[in-house]
Amino acid sequence: MTLLRVEGLEARHGLLHAVRDVDLEVREGETLALIGANGAGKTTLLRTIAGAHRPSAGRIVFDGRDITRLSPHRRVKLGVALVPEGRRLFPDLTVEENLRVAAAAGRKGRWTVDGVLETFPLLAPLRRQRAASLSGGQQQAAAIARSLLTNPRLLLLDEVSLGLAPVAVDGVYEALQPLFETDTTIVLVEQDLGRALSVASRVVCMLEGRLVLEGAAGELTREQVTDAYFGLRRGAAA
Amino acid sequence: MSAVAARVERWTPVSISFTSALAALLALLAFAPLALSENSLNNLIQLFFLVILAIMWNALAGYGGLVSVGQQAFIGIGAYGVVFFSVQHSLNPYVAMLVSTAIGAAVSIPMAAVMLWLRGGAFAIGMSVVAEAFAILVSLDATLGGGTGTSAVLAFNLRYSPTQRLHDTYWAALGFAAVLLVVLFLLLRSRIGTSLQAIRDDEDAARSLGVRVLLGKGVLFVLAGAGCTAAGTIILAWQLSILPLGPDSVFGVNWTAKMIFMVLVGGLGTFEGPILGAIVLFLLQTYTSSQLGVWYYVVVGGIAIGVALFLPRGLWGAVQERFTIQLLPVGYRLRR
Amino acid sequence: MNWANAVLHGVLLGGLYALLATGLSLMFGVMRIINLAHGSIALVGAYMAFLLTEHTSMSTYLSLVIVLPGALVVGYVLQLTVLERSLRGGELVPLLTTFGLLIVIANMLERFFSPDVHSLPSGRIGTASWRISSHFTVPWFDALILALAIGVLGGLHVLLRRTQLGRELRATAADADTAELLGVDARRVYAVATAIAVATAALAGVFYAMRSAFDPFSGPTQLIYAFEAVVIGGLGSLWGTLLGGIVLGVAQTVGAQIDVQYFALGGHVVFLAVLILRAVLQAGGLRLLPRGAAA
Repeated sequence: MTLLRVEGLEARHGLLHAVRDVDLEVREGETLALIGANGAGKTTLLRTIAGAHRPSAGRIVFDGRDITRLSPHRRVKLGVALVPEGRRLFPDLTVEENLRVAAAAGRKGRWTVDGVLETFPLLAPLRRQRAASLSGGQQQAAAIARSLLTNPRLLLLDEVSLGLAPVAVDGVYEALQPLFETDTTIVLVEQDLGRALSVASRVVCMLEGRLVLEGAAGELTREQVTDAYFGLRRGAAA
Repeated sequence: MSAVAARVERWTPVSISFTSALAALLALLAFAPLALSENSLNNLIQLFFLVILAIMWNALAGYGGLVSVGQQAFIGIGAYGVVFFSVQHSLNPYVAMLVSTAIGAAVSIPMAAVMLWLRGGAFAIGMSVVAEAFAILVSLDATLGGGTGTSAVLAFNLRYSPTQRLHDTYWAALGFAAVLLVVLFLLLRSRIGTSLQAIRDDEDAARSLGVRVLLGKGVLFVLAGAGCTAAGTIILAWQLSILPLGPDSVFGVNWTAKMIFMVLVGGLGTFEGPILGAIVLFLLQTYTSSQLGVWYYVVVGGIAIGVALFLPRGLWGAVQERFTIQLLPVGYRLRR
Repeated sequence: MNWANAVLHGVLLGGLYALLATGLSLMFGVMRIINLAHGSIALVGAYMAFLLTEHTSMSTYLSLVIVLPGALVVGYVLQLTVLERSLRGGELVPLLTTFGLLIVIANMLERFFSPDVHSLPSGRIGTASWRISSHFTVPWFDALILALAIGVLGGLHVLLRRTQLGRELRATAADADTAELLGVDARRVYAVATAIAVATAALAGVFYAMRSAFDPFSGPTQLIYAFEAVVIGGLGSLWGTLLGGIVLGVAQTVGAQIDVQYFALGGHVVFLAVLILRAVLQAGGLRLLPRGAAA
């Protein structure tokens, strides 16, 4: 069933038109990869879905309910969670405090503080440390854990590999693996095409604010994807 | 379509005609004492010092992003300076006005060195601490009349008849206002003016481009200091007796209330706005203050809050947005 | 009165200033707003207590039972109406609107209460003092205020460190955007912060009014004292506010020792000296961006 439906969405940053007339559907339980070059509008799209950015036109329907005008914290209570680009942990709070803010403010469900510390064991020894003192990979794990504690039905991951060493990225994706396999609906923005295609069931590509390609991960060729990514036209599109 | 060469212009037909009209008006106003009644001249003096205060506060806040809640420090310096030089040192009061203004400007330089390290609200309150400190110092000085205030009646009346005092004060007020308007106008059209625009829009970006941020703000601070001191001297010449303490004193917070009202209502950051705001306040003051009584400042404060929240660009700013006109050319236009 | 006793009295006075400054510091820490009407709000607290004590047989202390909850509500509403809108306007707007509030409050107080000077009755505690030795006397009242200040700051500390509300306050102060993405209602958090700030201001205002005379225009003075305490102690640090209050109190009482009329000047001089010192030591400029909401 369709968990998220985006209709005719438009979003701007001042004069810049970041998201143009985007129509998107996300089915419950699937993992959707949202790819595209820098500045294509992926982050803006995710933020608009999460409520952190106001659209200038269009509708967002979550589980049959129009959430276009809802503030972000209300969307969290409905089950939409965004792990923001750049991690954005609260620097002077400890890891545990970061987690507990989300645990108490978000929905109740199977994720608990102890539960996420089991899923991300690297965080357990870091519980009482100031979040700002963690390494990039540790911060990313903490940020994901934090959003999980709101027990989302739709998890939006914005560039979790950004700024991390490949080894750290491996670690993050390893920890995320069980999530990809469960019934959590995930939309994942990822620059690394290979990883994106390997974890996702469906792929959409954005270019200059528009969706230019959509399809099941297994069915799209590399060529189709790179063409869409860079906006190249090689004869008729498939 | 090929690129078309664009011309950068500073003057437009509208601004040329307006600026000439303004200059003509100023010249005409110089002849007012010959034609207008005493009451009108009194009113005009008030209008002139309100205009000075408005354009100076706007220079700080609108062009420099510096909200000062303590410019009354300079008003007090101006007023008490004239008393000091003319009553105690027998200087001609109008000369004393010039000397006091120079002193106000001089004092503002080291003050700028300390205060400009502060930003935002800290700068605001810091300036009010300065005003408060000056007020206390003056109130402790018996030679300046202490807490009960003082007056310059003698200094003026020994030399001038009331009519002469009125006329001379009028010309002094007009002169100060005109000079400050011209200085501000030239400053905004100069390189410093452009850098001020950059500072106002994004201070850090401006600094990274090599704009001398502290210098720009310093120039505004000293100008505003000198201007408010000048206004203070006129206020003294006009009302003759002054107090150091209390909200309506020359060091009082009500002066800031007036300045903020004028600039917000007129249009923060525009050249013409504060002048319009001064006119509005003057009209409000003259025609409603008797009916409003104690509610006067409540209304002034309330309107200021309302404008800040709902019409942040002020009256002139709103007009400017709608019609894209600029009566006094402090910016640039691109023409193809 | 001798010097040592003056210093002791200054330390005790510091408690009052710390209490006065707490709300100012809290609002700045959480919302980056410097509330220019802060002193005026404290004064309103004093006038409300005045109303109650003048027209009923209540003691000033009892009146707090009504004044404080009222202040919480007023603060909450103030945030949701005026201050929230001001925040959206940019850096300058909150200064302008809170200044407008300062003027409106002062003049409304004058309209409803007359420009006369008043004082609140402080009961038996107000006049009692404790003679420690031939050199030192400790006025009970001032000791009470210092204890109260420490209690309030301690309470806030516990609130911020150990409760969910406190965590939400600190999180929202650090990054309101991300806090919202985790389910925290930033508007509500801000409103709670303002409510606490107004309540502590009202509390401080009532005690200030028991200690000194006040009139409708005492607001800006109290704002200045609160601000000086905050700046001396370091903006954004709660316990720094206590330290700042104490330094300010001592500066004032020492000034008064030199000459009774130098009371406030003593504080202003130390304040400006701290400012200059900081400017010199921190060549990059005095930035008002604390690392967090509280120490």
